[in-house]
Amino acid sequence: MQRHEMVSIGAGPAGLSAAIEAAKNGVQVAVYDENDRPGGQLFKQIHKFFGSREHRAMERGFDIGKSLLEEAQSLGVEVILDSVVMGIYENGTMNVMVKDHVEEVKAEKVVVATGASENMIPFPGWTLPGVIGAGAAQTMANIHGVRPGKKLLMVGSGNVGLVVSYQMLQAGCEVVAIIDAAPEVGGYGVHASKVARTGVPFYMSHTVKNARGETFVEGATIAQVDKSWKTVAGTEKSFDVDTVCIAVGLNPMSQVLRMANCKMAYVPALGGNLPAHDLNQETSVPGIFVAGDVSGIEEASSAMIGGKIAGLAIAYYMGYMEDDLFHEQRDKLLGSMRGLRAGPFGEKRAEGKRMLLEAMKG
Amino acid sequence: MRIAEHPILGPFEKGEKVQFTFDGKTIEGFEGEPVAMALRAKGVLVHRITSKRKEPRGIFCAIGRCTDCVMIVDEVPNVRTCVTPLRQGMDVRTQKGKGQVTARE
Amino acid sequence: MSEGLKKRGYISDEELKSGPGVPSEERRRNGPVAVIECIQCIACNPCEASCKMNAITVGDDITNLPHLDEDKCVGCASCIPICPGQAIFVVDDGFEEKRSRVMIPYEFLPLPQKGDVVTALDRSGKEVGDAEVLNVRKKEDMDKTAVVTLAVSKQLSMSVRFFKQK
Repeated sequence: MQRHEMVSIGAGPAGLSAAIEAAKNGVQVAVYDENDRPGGQLFKQIHKFFGSREHRAMERGFDIGKSLLEEAQSLGVEVILDSVVMGIYENGTMNVMVKDHVEEVKAEKVVVATGASENMIPFPGWTLPGVIGAGAAQTMANIHGVRPGKKLLMVGSGNVGLVVSYQMLQAGCEVVAIIDAAPEVGGYGVHASKVARTGVPFYMSHTVKNARGETFVEGATIAQVDKSWKTVAGTEKSFDVDTVCIAVGLNPMSQVLRMANCKMAYVPALGGNLPAHDLNQETSVPGIFVAGDVSGIEEASSAMIGGKIAGLAIAYYMGYMEDDLFHEQRDKLLGSMRGLRAGPFGEKRAEGKRMLLEAMKG
Repeated sequence: MRIAEHPILGPFEKGEKVQFTFDGKTIEGFEGEPVAMALRAKGVLVHRITSKRKEPRGIFCAIGRCTDCVMIVDEVPNVRTCVTPLRQGMDVRTQKGKGQVTARE
Repeated sequence: MSEGLKKRGYISDEELKSGPGVPSEERRRNGPVAVIECIQCIACNPCEASCKMNAITVGDDITNLPHLDEDKCVGCASCIPICPGQAIFVVDDGFEEKRSRVMIPYEFLPLPQKGDVVTALDRSGKEVGDAEVLNVRKKEDMDKTAVVTLAVSKQLSMSVRFFKQK
């Protein structure tokens, strides 16, 4: 049985930020991650982040990933890779599959920062080689230096679809179009503009009808949808593509939380089934905290701030921090978080977060 | 299909060049990169054929979660090629159905 | 809220005119000046700190749109590689009688060469004519965003925002 004061499940921006903040205040921390490299989605992000200096604006995702990892390690945080936390049981005991054997791990406080996985939409031909998730396109191009294909159709115009389209152009692929069943572009205007100015057309209110090919994608057809999301006959457009990239939303990977009996609430604006949590990021199960996309699909900056709040709260609850200092630092972070949830894009997320706070009471 | 120089990431750091076999044919890749990437760089898209309807499958998630990319590697079936590092002399085969362990010819 | 951005992914000329980061015609004729095409409220403010002349203001609420003081702006282009949304350009309608200069952020390879003739594109990616590459700047402190200076026909200075190599 391994024992730790605190465990972060997930070594992405949220999990690492929580670990750093707790370790800075003297907590002994271990971070488990199922991948063979830490950083979560950060290392695939090659664009400069928005926000302000404290939100690490202007830094590219992979640079932030590197610096978080270095900081965590310099503070004595143990980062254990290739390890899948299979479940959280009573009293905070976890079963962790470390490479090929199972270890029992007990922690006083746990931060679940498992992130999210991609949604999918089935259509004829969706199983053909060449139909990939947007995350896969990023992984192939930005981590491994391999182009997913030569000509790509992007399905989804949220920030992931827009950013990945731009990254595919940078990787030397041709993006034939960005489509979305919704009537309006879902992501930031500036992300869309970066792609639009290179000549990539946007087709709003369109869905993918099929992907065609013998043994792999050789083409795809899109069609307009009406108000009831049904395709309109005669509006089909076909493209010669070898890749169809799906970017239709992210879904929080909240399995361990549900298993641990955390109160959940359905909040579509934040990605689906989510854990109720308070301002300190603690769920309805004392000792289990959440941060990052698993607590609501937002951005890396929100993940880092949420992680920091959780780490601070843990240090405070364990007696490592004075009352005044904790409240001072935490309130500053809450203010910073409020700044990220302002404006037309942030409002819906702020509302979603209020619902999750409310759900703690019910 | 390999990116020679990326405008933001620069040139990609790769391991040593190694040879491996794909369905009996010898091809090259870089040591340590996922088998699936070495295959994709050579234009291989089909990793396996499904049991019932005999349909082709290939990379989908690229991070070891969906299992669409599994192949028989060194006689072991159901190996997730997108998270398995390539080594010199590996034997990689298209998996047909649930995969049988076959003896090397 | 921009209809163009929501439906097609780009702002129309009309929608841009009233933006707080867009300098007047007169100021553009007097020499290089920044054109901040940021018209959607998101939490972001690096441009404010990047301007040594204090010509850009976002304020305490960082979702405010950046406001350009066209009289303080000297068109130094420091803000171009800073903007994470690549929404800032520099336009100089006082360059030559028939041509203006347009400076754009560029994050692709291969980089064009000084003297190249390229195809100029507008915000929608439509080809609008030829442009001459006057300068290409890519320095350490720009974190891999290059700034390309193009010479375009004067009437296109508020349309050209990208290019394609021939």
